[in-house]
Amino acid sequence: MFKILNLSNIFYWIEKLIGFINSIFFILLLVALSFALIFSPPDYLQGDSVRIMYVHVPSAWIGLASFSSIAILSIAHFIFKIKNIKLITKSIAPIGLMFTCLAIVTGSIWGQPTWGTWWVWDARITSMLILALFYIGFISTHKFITDENKANKISSIIAIIGLINIPIIKYSVDWWNTLHQPASIKLTGESSIHSSMLMPLLLMFFVLILYCALIFLMKYKTEIIRIKKKNLNRL
Amino acid sequence: MLPKKVKKRASLLAITLLVSVTGIFFILQSLNKNILYFKSPTDIKNNQNINFDKKIRVGGMVKKNSLIINEEEIKFIITDFNNELKISFSGTVPNLFSEEKGVVAEGKLQDKTFFVADRILAKHDENYMPPELKDIMKKNAK
Repeated sequence: MFKILNLSNIFYWIEKLIGFINSIFFILLLVALSFALIFSPPDYLQGDSVRIMYVHVPSAWIGLASFSSIAILSIAHFIFKIKNIKLITKSIAPIGLMFTCLAIVTGSIWGQPTWGTWWVWDARITSMLILALFYIGFISTHKFITDENKANKISSIIAIIGLINIPIIKYSVDWWNTLHQPASIKLTGESSIHSSMLMPLLLMFFVLILYCALIFLMKYKTEIIRIKKKNLNRL
Repeated sequence: MLPKKVKKRASLLAITLLVSVTGIFFILQSLNKNILYFKSPTDIKNNQNINFDKKIRVGGMVKKNSLIINEEEIKFIITDFNNELKISFSGTVPNLFSEEKGVVAEGKLQDKTFFVADRILAKHDENYMPPELKDIMKKNAK
């Protein structure tokens, strides 16, 4: 049953997946970018600056999704102490942080021409910054605490506490007055974004998810190599 | 069944989560007023003890046909469809600032109906659409 957890087996599948993503990634990126930057219409109000949305929104989604998965896996790790899970969370964190920072930076660049400011301390933006700090906390525990068991425990707890921040980010625009506008795409009900703009947005999301998966797999691979160097063959 | 150690860790985790969620809930509850990025004209009308020396932010919609631009200043009315507030501002406004759009003004209240802003931020809504579609919608509305 645990044959699938054998390191060489996992390694083989990672290599295959990386090869597959590499083979389709650039074509899809080109298609998605040309839809987002050229073929999609400008906004009636914002004009061409709306195109920042095609990077900003997917980055924010991926930042949130990565942290949620880190947190949920951390709960599993904290309870069952499965080492493989820790490797996975450790590998998601850097790319999640990258996308969170990307969301913040592109949001800032978008805010200047539309809202008239680079930065405000409203609930959505502040909670997003806190998310980035949780990521940094999570990553730095592994960098600075040399005792592995201790680092695993502390980083799991950081991720689990950070999980509380996720619904706060999601609902901040509904609970409080914020400068940030409410969500355009709703899980239930009609989206307030026109389909000619929704399609490139979802395409960009898919491409960025692929990129996220690619970086995650590469990082996961190095983590496994590191384990293998210690002459452990099972996780 | 699960080993005892696993159960112990799970219950420890459940308690930690419960405690921190309630803690954060109460913190947010008590901070509620401060988390609000701006006040609406109704908030200002209902507030009894306003500090007129402190900078505040008010937000709402720019009322239709209320925008007056002359050489020294820009005057308009912010409305939340219940109450209104007159705003005076001299400076540059963001691109998206226009009538019937969201706006946040930062500055000081002179009295309960008049506000002098020293910064204007445009607040846009969650609707995105191509310009042609907006024209069609406008025509249909007429």
